Amino acid sequence: MKKYLTLILILSALLWGCPDTTSYSKGVYMLLDTSGTYKKELKRAEAIINYLLGTLQPGDSLAVARIDSGSFSEKDIVAKMTFDKRPSVANQQKRLFKQKIDEFVKTAKGSAYTDITGGVLQSVEFLNEAGAGQKYILIFSDLKEDLVKGHVRDFPIQIDGCNVVALNVTKLRSDNVDPREYYKRVEDWRSRVESGGGTWRVVNDLERLENIFEG
Amino acid sequence: MSLTKLLIIWPGSPVVSMLIWIVVMVVLLYLARTPAHRAIHSLARVFHNGFRLMARSVMLAEEKLAQRNKEVLLNAGVESVERLIEREFHRVNSVVKRDLSGYPTLHRALSDQTTKIDEDYRDSSETPPPPPGWINAMEAVAKLPSQGDGTVANILNEIHKTSVAQYKTTMEEYRKSVAERHNLLKKMMPYWRRMAQTLEQVGKTITGLHERANVIDNRMAEYEEIREQTDKSARMLTASSLTQFFISGFVLLVAVGGAVINFNLIALPMSEMVGGGSYIGSFKTANVAAMVIILVEVAMGLYLMESLRITRLFPIIGQMDDKMRTRMIWITFSILLVLASVESALAYMRDQIAADMQALRHSLAAVEATGVAVNSWIPTVGQMVMGFVLPFALTFVAIPLESFVHSSRTVLGVAGTAVLRWFSFFFRLLGNISRYMGELLVNIYDLFIFPPLWVENLIRDKRQHQPEIIVEEEASR
Repeated sequence: MKKYLTLILILSALLWGCPDTTSYSKGVYMLLDTSGTYKKELKRAEAIINYLLGTLQPGDSLAVARIDSGSFSEKDIVAKMTFDKRPSVANQQKRLFKQKIDEFVKTAKGSAYTDITGGVLQSVEFLNEAGAGQKYILIFSDLKEDLVKGHVRDFPIQIDGCNVVALNVTKLRSDNVDPREYYKRVEDWRSRVESGGGTWRVVNDLERLENIFEG
Repeated sequence: MSLTKLLIIWPGSPVVSMLIWIVVMVVLLYLARTPAHRAIHSLARVFHNGFRLMARSVMLAEEKLAQRNKEVLLNAGVESVERLIEREFHRVNSVVKRDLSGYPTLHRALSDQTTKIDEDYRDSSETPPPPPGWINAMEAVAKLPSQGDGTVANILNEIHKTSVAQYKTTMEEYRKSVAERHNLLKKMMPYWRRMAQTLEQVGKTITGLHERANVIDNRMAEYEEIREQTDKSARMLTASSLTQFFISGFVLLVAVGGAVINFNLIALPMSEMVGGGSYIGSFKTANVAAMVIILVEVAMGLYLMESLRITRLFPIIGQMDDKMRTRMIWITFSILLVLASVESALAYMRDQIAADMQALRHSLAAVEATGVAVNSWIPTVGQMVMGFVLPFALTFVAIPLESFVHSSRTVLGVAGTAVLRWFSFFFRLLGNISRYMGELLVNIYDLFIFPPLWVENLIRDKRQHQPEIIVEEEASR
């Protein structure tokens, strides 16, 4: 009898004493470049957000923020939500999220400067707070940073465990003159992200959005 | 100083050095020939004996396993035949109870019918007409000569009239009595028929019992054969087990298919109850919950089948008294009913969630739902019915599961025996190979030292021939 009791106690300890603390939820933070020429690309961004809303599961987190002159601020977050664990409630939340994005796309104003680094730093904060198991930072931009005079952003960024995906990295007119500028821009961001502990990918083909969560 | 330099005995001529070394080696090998042969033989013998020993051990294990398998198989066979015989006896018992329990009544009815028929028969027997005693007197009177005497003629006429009248009366009475007898015989007909029917019924029952007795005889013969532990019965039982194994395995696969469908029906709505984003280990809690519900249904089905004494996987349930068993039947059935209802409700919820998701996807894709809408209640009702029926269908998994468990014991035993036999053969093969490898190594060894061996053979031949030559020379002298 004692033997059985001991066995039951050991099994109970094994079951209750070693809880699985791994988080399987996804956290996605999408940065939208609203600077000058890139603002007209927002319709494409909307399609990506709709894809994300259709793909993310209950319990996942999604935030959309704009990149403007000073993006390291909560004010730039257009919409953020951690979806409820019940699918029916999560669906309602997704509808609300979509409404907010639609309104933003209609009323968005172009910004004079582009502070991508500030946006990335803000996204790391959000994702860490959300406690997501898989963290994704989607940068919908041409990756051309244009800072306000006096803003300091040329320091290493810490983005451990984050998957940074650059979407729709358009070629600028100057890139056409000298394509090396484009490659240099992308390469600079890659080295910056990877030295900060993150992974880097570029997805320019918006017909294959499933590539965002692969790899 | 390198090894190469050390090996060069004749400086400037490596070929000569090599030849010297070869000669030295050959001589050394020749000198060590006998102990080297012994060592090679010993090594080969060690391997040979080791492998033989291993083969023998494996063979013994195989024999033991085969014996154990046979025992298990025969015990299972005995148990199975006992169950069949028991069932046949139950049938005989029910036939006797149903048809022959009323035998005293039947016997009384038959006796009454026989008495009645007997009485009627006696009543219907023909009574002879009264003996005509006056006929002689009449004949004597009739022979009297009338001789024109009117008085005599009158008397004779009167006598004639009286006799005719008497004759008529007697004939009427006779006819009446014959008619009565005929009526009695007519009345006997239904009794005869009823009696024939009763006897026919008894005959049928007896024939049924006779057939059952034949079946029991056959089963008993089979039982005795198994009890005698003959190889024939073991072979038959093995073949039967293999068939059972494959058939029950196939049915279990079908049941697994049903369980998977059932799982898909309830996994999505479960996320509405336990949350879609929570995990147990690396599995979604909703999926685990759905799987648990299905497994609980299967378990309840097993208990129900046990309580109904259809299967015998848990002897403790089979040994319960009837009252307890009946309670168990109702409890398990109620739980199954509740689970089936829950599944039906979940299936309905699944349909609702799927429709909501579809609507959301349409709105996200900015696509209006087009085309003719399919009657949405058909899949909804279909899913609900499936959700309700599948738990009950899964109940019957207990039957193939029992067959599978019992037959897999035999199949695994047979497979184990085959594997052990193969291992035994393999070890014996290795033993023989190592023995002949020893022989081969000895021959190869001798091949390396063939020059001194050749010389040795020559000297030996010469020595053998020398005494012969001396003997021949002495003989010629």
